[in-house]
Amino acid sequence: MSDILAVVDHRRGELRDVSYELISAGRGLADATGGDLHLAVISGTVERFAEKLDREGVDAIYTVDYGEEFNHGVYTQVTTQLYDKLAPQYVLTANSVNGIEYAPAVATELDLPIVTDAIDLEADDKTLTVTREIYGGKVETTVELEGPAICTIRTAEWPGGEGTGTADIEAFEATIDEDALGSSVRGFEEVGGGDVDIADADVLVSVGRGIDDEENLELIEDLADALGATISASRPVVDSGWLPKNRQVGQSGTVVTPDVYIAVGISGAVQHVAGMKGSDTIVAINTDPNAPIMDIADYAIQDDLFAVVPALIEEFQ
Amino acid sequence: MKILLAVTEVATVDDAFEIEGTEIPDQYLGTDLNEWDEYAIEEAVQLQEADIAAEVVTVTIGPETCEQTIRQALATGADRAIRIWDEAFEAVDLLDVSTKTAILRAVVAEEEPDLVLSGVQSDDDSWGATGVALAAAVDYEWAAVVNHLAHDFEDGTASVRRELEGGVEELTTVDLPAVLTIQTGINEPRYASLRGIRQAKRKPLEVYGLADLGLEESVAESRVRLTAMSEPERESDTTVWEGTPEEAAGELADLLRKREVVQ
Ligand SMILES: Cc1cc2nc3c(=O)[nH]c(=O)nc-3n(C[C@H](O)[C@H](O)[C@H](O)COP(=O)(O)OP(=O)(O)OC[C@H]3O[C@@H](n4cnc5c(N)ncnc54)[C@H](O)[C@@H]3O)c2cc1C
Ligand SMILES: Nc1ncnc2c1ncn2[C@@H]1O[C@H](COP(=O)(O)O)[C@@H](O)[C@H]1O
Repeated sequence: MSDILAVVDHRRGELRDVSYELISAGRGLADATGGDLHLAVISGTVERFAEKLDREGVDAIYTVDYGEEFNHGVYTQVTTQLYDKLAPQYVLTANSVNGIEYAPAVATELDLPIVTDAIDLEADDKTLTVTREIYGGKVETTVELEGPAICTIRTAEWPGGEGTGTADIEAFEATIDEDALGSSVRGFEEVGGGDVDIADADVLVSVGRGIDDEENLELIEDLADALGATISASRPVVDSGWLPKNRQVGQSGTVVTPDVYIAVGISGAVQHVAGMKGSDTIVAINTDPNAPIMDIADYAIQDDLFAVVPALIEEFQ
Repeated sequence: MKILLAVTEVATVDDAFEIEGTEIPDQYLGTDLNEWDEYAIEEAVQLQEADIAAEVVTVTIGPETCEQTIRQALATGADRAIRIWDEAFEAVDLLDVSTKTAILRAVVAEEEPDLVLSGVQSDDDSWGATGVALAAAVDYEWAAVVNHLAHDFEDGTASVRRELEGGVEELTTVDLPAVLTIQTGINEPRYASLRGIRQAKRKPLEVYGLADLGLEESVAESRVRLTAMSEPERESDTTVWEGTPEEAAGELADLLRKREVVQ
């Protein structure tokens, strides 16, 4: 038991980037345990996916040609069957919205411990050490466990696997118990369209929970007016109904890459950062020196936004 | 139908804090009802108001100190609460997903709900896994990261939307009984009324230990051990503008002029 099984992610005909990152993360672990790296590609155009995934360090790729899109029941059944066949030491999946919809079920079915959202993985003969964040990224922890386990990895923490591999690509004859599939996907819908596309803006003034009250948004509007900037927001501001969904930056909102991104009262949770880290210049205004955004920013003001923003507006009047 | 709500109290950290070993001393910590659970509670209460849910029961694994937080759920409308705690937990510094699943499974077996609602994740530990792990343990169907739930439940199914990445939603039908992990934004959580808060004090809150649920003490021992805690390394080259708010704003204004954002 020293092999690694990594199950890749795809959606609507495209492999997701994290699938290639699973190759690096998996290869790293396989090197540490002295085992092989197996990939599993479940549903969709599996052969096309397998060819793309045949990169350096991959030893075998198992394809399961069943259905088009992700279904957690299918993924859970196939992953447990592959586990029984390969007896890997560790199973890796993405910590994506789909990853967290089946990895915990696999853990239960196989009675394996699960550690989610890993940002670093280390292993030796018997122990797996996982680094992960708690308290919204303010604190880092390591956890350890012995024996086989399942682990989900954070997106964009590992480089994508590169090169061309010589993996054995094999169709895996999974037995899908269709009666046990209790959910079905009826379709997809794009949401969050509307009047403005924040992805087009050169300058974004982005507002977070630090604004405290809907009435205070006026202050942000005044700043955006003074700068000729567009307003965007973190999730809680949108969840509260203070701004429409098309203003939300992040994993489940829009990915933006403006010249200047001014984060006002935003902590910089990983799901937010996923949507703005490609901005050219990032400025953070936050009272908390330990907020992750203060690290990501090029320029930071550690102070009360209700003092800083009015002073900034003043500068341009 | 009967709804079981998994509700958790989360720890919050002050702006300034210290780490001692694998712990943050209590003086730097606060508590809160998990943000995701607030939305799950509201969803359950709306189903109750629509006469779809006949009973809403909350379940929490946590020490006595979290009862104030649980009462918030009762004050917004839940009918009764269950709290699980045991001496065996005093010595452990981490409740992993398997431990929580084993305990909640016993409660589901006892209560036999038609629908279990949990949050997508707990705000402190952020495993994001308990709801789905539980569903598999009790052989319920499930859906994760649900940001819309239709309130008709036709033919014994729930019609949900799952919020995927990049502004895409998945429309899914889920057989009941089911566990749904609720995403923020699915509704607008209400504040408890004064009357609700008064009534909550009289609503039943039962407390059970592991033995009461027919569980061994060893359930408390997570296979996942917490071995280190630290502040993330600051390797970035962030320029921090010091001084008064006016001075810092002046620096930012200069930058914006230099970048020709504003003339
Ligand atoms: C599946 C999933 C998807 C998600 N998708 C997204 C997404 O697309 N986009 C997104 O943004 N989030 C998303 N989230 C939520 C994310 O995890 C965080 O909860 C959210 O980003 C926090 O928003 P925030 O920074 O505004 O609030 P908080 O984390 O509460 O931060 C508020 C900040 O304001 C600061 N502050 C408070 N008062 C002041 C003041 N007076 N002056 C200056 N600073 C002040 C505080 O120090 C704090 O840092 C998602 C979560 C999940 C689980
Ligand atoms: N201690 C607990 N007691 C009851 N429910 C919990 C507990 N911890 C987590 N949950 C539930 O599981 C969800 C996800 O938590 P987690 O998997 O810990 O991130 C939470 O939103 C709760 O609904």
